[in-house]
Amino acid sequence: MIEFKNISKQFDEKQVLQDVSHIMYSGKTNLIIGTSGSGKTVLQKCLVGLYEVDAGEIIYDGLSFTKMNDEEKKMLRQQIGMLFQGSALFDSMTVEGNVKFPLDMFTKDKESEKIKKVNEVLERVNLVGTNNKLPSQLSGGMKKRVGIARAIVLNPKFLFCDEPNSGLDPQTSMLIDKLIHDVTIEFNMTTIINTHDMNSVMEIGNNIIYLKDGKKEWSGNSKDIIFSENKNLNDFIFASEFLQDAKEMRMLEAKGKKI
Amino acid sequence: MSFFSHFGKYFIMLKGMISKPENSKLYWKEFMHQCSEIGIGSLGIVCVISLFMGAVSALQTAYQITSPIMSKLIIAQIIRDTVILEFAPTLICIVLAGVVGSKISSELGNMRVSEQIDAIEIMGINSKTFLIMPKIAAALVTIPMLVILAMVLGIYGGRLTVGISGIISTETYDRGLKELFIPYNVFFAMMKAYTFAFIVSSIPAYFGYYVKGGSLEIGRNSTKSVVVTCVVILFADYILAALLL
Repeated sequence: MIEFKNISKQFDEKQVLQDVSHIMYSGKTNLIIGTSGSGKTVLQKCLVGLYEVDAGEIIYDGLSFTKMNDEEKKMLRQQIGMLFQGSALFDSMTVEGNVKFPLDMFTKDKESEKIKKVNEVLERVNLVGTNNKLPSQLSGGMKKRVGIARAIVLNPKFLFCDEPNSGLDPQTSMLIDKLIHDVTIEFNMTTIINTHDMNSVMEIGNNIIYLKDGKKEWSGNSKDIIFSENKNLNDFIFASEFLQDAKEMRMLEAKGKKI
Repeated sequence: MSFFSHFGKYFIMLKGMISKPENSKLYWKEFMHQCSEIGIGSLGIVCVISLFMGAVSALQTAYQITSPIMSKLIIAQIIRDTVILEFAPTLICIVLAGVVGSKISSELGNMRVSEQIDAIEIMGINSKTFLIMPKIAAALVTIPMLVILAMVLGIYGGRLTVGISGIISTETYDRGLKELFIPYNVFFAMMKAYTFAFIVSSIPAYFGYYVKGGSLEIGRNSTKSVVVTCVVILFADYILAALLL
């Protein structure tokens, strides 16, 4: 579980986050949603410590991350996996090298055991047989899956995903969402996903926080969104006529009326 | 950003780089990889430049020595001393600032922009220690070796030229090399080589590590890193000459 209280962050004159508080639960896919520039990525980078917060507190399983020293943060980070927007795979390494990298760095396992573990994880993300491919030889969806494999290879307690569906077709996006959702339950991880993909919100949104202009505007789950009367949230989620119709249908279904 | 901000940030980077490696074996592998990239990767250009540097020095020195009362041995001595004192350490390191420096800067810049450095940090690895320290250590090991090679090849290039063009015989050249030789010059050249090796690797690493933006900024920072490295090398060259000679 990750709890953050009154997080604020400013860059030069611009206040990017203001008094944002929320709890992210383990075994659930926790979503941070909002328009571009609303502060989603900054919030996530603050949570993992890539940015230092100006004010507020971040608590990982009861331990205050903001009060930890560098060494303690380093130790905690070994329990964190992160999937970056552009996958952030190491160009010079093969798929196997990328996934094996955290194992090489932090375990004393034999080479054969590491390879076995890599193959298990690659199988889990449906990438069997791609061990010797370089990132440049992979499609966007495959890169994301390698990113997920690398993020989960050490069985982390916390998984962060920054816009995992950006640049992917709807079908691949759904596969990635399902994969993240499945591994979250399987490993009982606290997963935090930044997204503005509405499919993700509706399909895997167990716990959602909606940011607007750096402030928490709304929180709930995917079912709550249907009935939410928050205008900003509705304008953001159901921006198109098609999605508005879908919302009305869902509401009618939920109320048990015939269309 | 002012000069002092860059200066401070550069030293903070160097300080942050010094920490216990998470896995010595992996760091050693990275160090060896960098030795190969910096040392073996620059071998060809260093050999070509050194041979021509010696050859041109021989021709130009002979051209300038017109007095009949001057011993021909002096040609070999001038080539030897200029190659050892200046050409091998300074010229080669300026060339390496372009070859190695731009590579270090663009490599780290690309890693920064594509969030690979963030990925390393998130894993709980000190990215400065893992990415910058092996590069500096490898430069400190390989660049002085390249400078020694440049000295040998530069002097040999001069020997080849005087032999082929008939300026003096190779026996006279060899005799000239041995006369009035000051071993301290080699020590001075090596001091320069180590100083320049540190500059050639650390300044581009700074520009690459802290790059912000996209591919355009990577290119700009790479060029800037080469220019700054060359200026700092020349400045350090002057300081070392003033202090040690």
